[in-house]
Amino acid sequence: MRPFAYERATDVRSAVATLSERPDAVYLGGGTNLVDLMRLGVVSPEMLVDVTRVVDATIEESAGGGLLIGAGVRNGDLTADPLVRGRYPVLAQAVLSGASGQIRNMATVGGNLLQRTRCSYFQDTSKPCNKRRPGSGCPAREGDHRNLAILGHSSSCVATHPSDMAVALAALGAVVHVEGRHGPRTVPMPGLHRLPGDEPDRDTVLEPGDLITAVELPELPFATRSRYRKVRDRASFAFAVVSVAAALDVADGVVRDCRIALGGVAPVPWRAELAESALRGAAATAAEFGRAADIELAQARPLRDNGFKVPLARNVLVGVLTDLAEAR
Amino acid sequence: MRVTFTVNGSQQTVDDVWEGESLLYVLRERCGLPGSKNACEQGECGSCTVYLDGSPVCACLVAAGQAEGRTVRTVEGLSDTGLDPVQEAFLDAGAVQCGFCTPGLIVQAHDLLERVPDPEDAEIREALAGNLCRCTGYEKILDAVRLAAARRTAK
Repeated sequence: MRPFAYERATDVRSAVATLSERPDAVYLGGGTNLVDLMRLGVVSPEMLVDVTRVVDATIEESAGGGLLIGAGVRNGDLTADPLVRGRYPVLAQAVLSGASGQIRNMATVGGNLLQRTRCSYFQDTSKPCNKRRPGSGCPAREGDHRNLAILGHSSSCVATHPSDMAVALAALGAVVHVEGRHGPRTVPMPGLHRLPGDEPDRDTVLEPGDLITAVELPELPFATRSRYRKVRDRASFAFAVVSVAAALDVADGVVRDCRIALGGVAPVPWRAELAESALRGAAATAAEFGRAADIELAQARPLRDNGFKVPLARNVLVGVLTDLAEAR
Repeated sequence: MRVTFTVNGSQQTVDDVWEGESLLYVLRERCGLPGSKNACEQGECGSCTVYLDGSPVCACLVAAGQAEGRTVRTVEGLSDTGLDPVQEAFLDAGAVQCGFCTPGLIVQAHDLLERVPDPEDAEIREALAGNLCRCTGYEKILDAVRLAAARRTAK
């Protein structure tokens, strides 16, 4: 690990001011991804500004009838919160399906959103990677890409976003609160993460100095009927091969409204807007769920070895929606 | 830099800590507490599991500065007198092979039983998912956790 300076932020404004001036500095949350990446030599910041003591770490009801989750809330505390579990079970399930107990106890909500891809070429500094070293190339396109993207990738990057939590937040339409050098603003999800295009080194729309301070969940009464299902290569402590976050509002056998996002298939948490529009007003049947999944996945451009994710995503999506339609 | 924190009930001040050191390194090399083990250094194996402010974490991924002012409890601090019942259960069940993963497993199992005194097997497996045993002695480890839980509920 390269030498770096460590500073403990005393307040949000001064932390933002410091990072706005210093492109070589990064915020430190729980550190479960950042410390690992520094040890691997994937990132080498000159300074860490620890914001865990100045960023809010509470979960409260918001003025709009939703929940305001401080960016400093530990992932483990999020999964245990009664309001989250009761009103947005998809979020608690998603976070609980990620990492291990030890990691969730340390990792923060803000850090989870900003974690980096686990593409093996990104993490191996002996290999080219356009995300880690722009312009160096992408060996994954012709190499080991079984678990990489089928949607939204570009010729320069085929990595997937690793977060389970972000998939649930994208489905729920969460709003990210950001403190930047020009003051506070909000960024809706999806919309925080960006597709790679020809700039895969930029994972998000955030600018230098921007600090995530909270995540706001909108009021969504039918999210009490929501679910996260994750397919992975082993039963626990593995990243998603495919995951689905969904909430379903059914009345008299007809879909009144729904929220769907896919994980493990794209460089961003993938909100399935085409499937959602296809389902609104449709019969809540497996056949209609399959039709909606097919419409969404018609955009897929699988690579040589990951075409299996297309039918897998379809099957998981149909399964989750069918379960939600039958749930009481 | 200087790091002051509470370890197993007593306050410790450690000087000349390099920013790149982990909490694990500080505990093992500077505080004389080698119980927590250094294995994968990536948060994958759980051998370095310690309580940080009451929650188990991978000490290898905690930068030294993050421990400032906080409370750490290591496997050495589970019991003031002799062995903790979880440690005794691991011995009695023969859940120790090479022993390298054992301290992390004991801290993680200790936390599970504090929260869930009588866990189902599925809960034990999920709670220990972040702890790898490269001897693959998982059956005896499950036995040990079941034994510790049974003794606890019998009391």
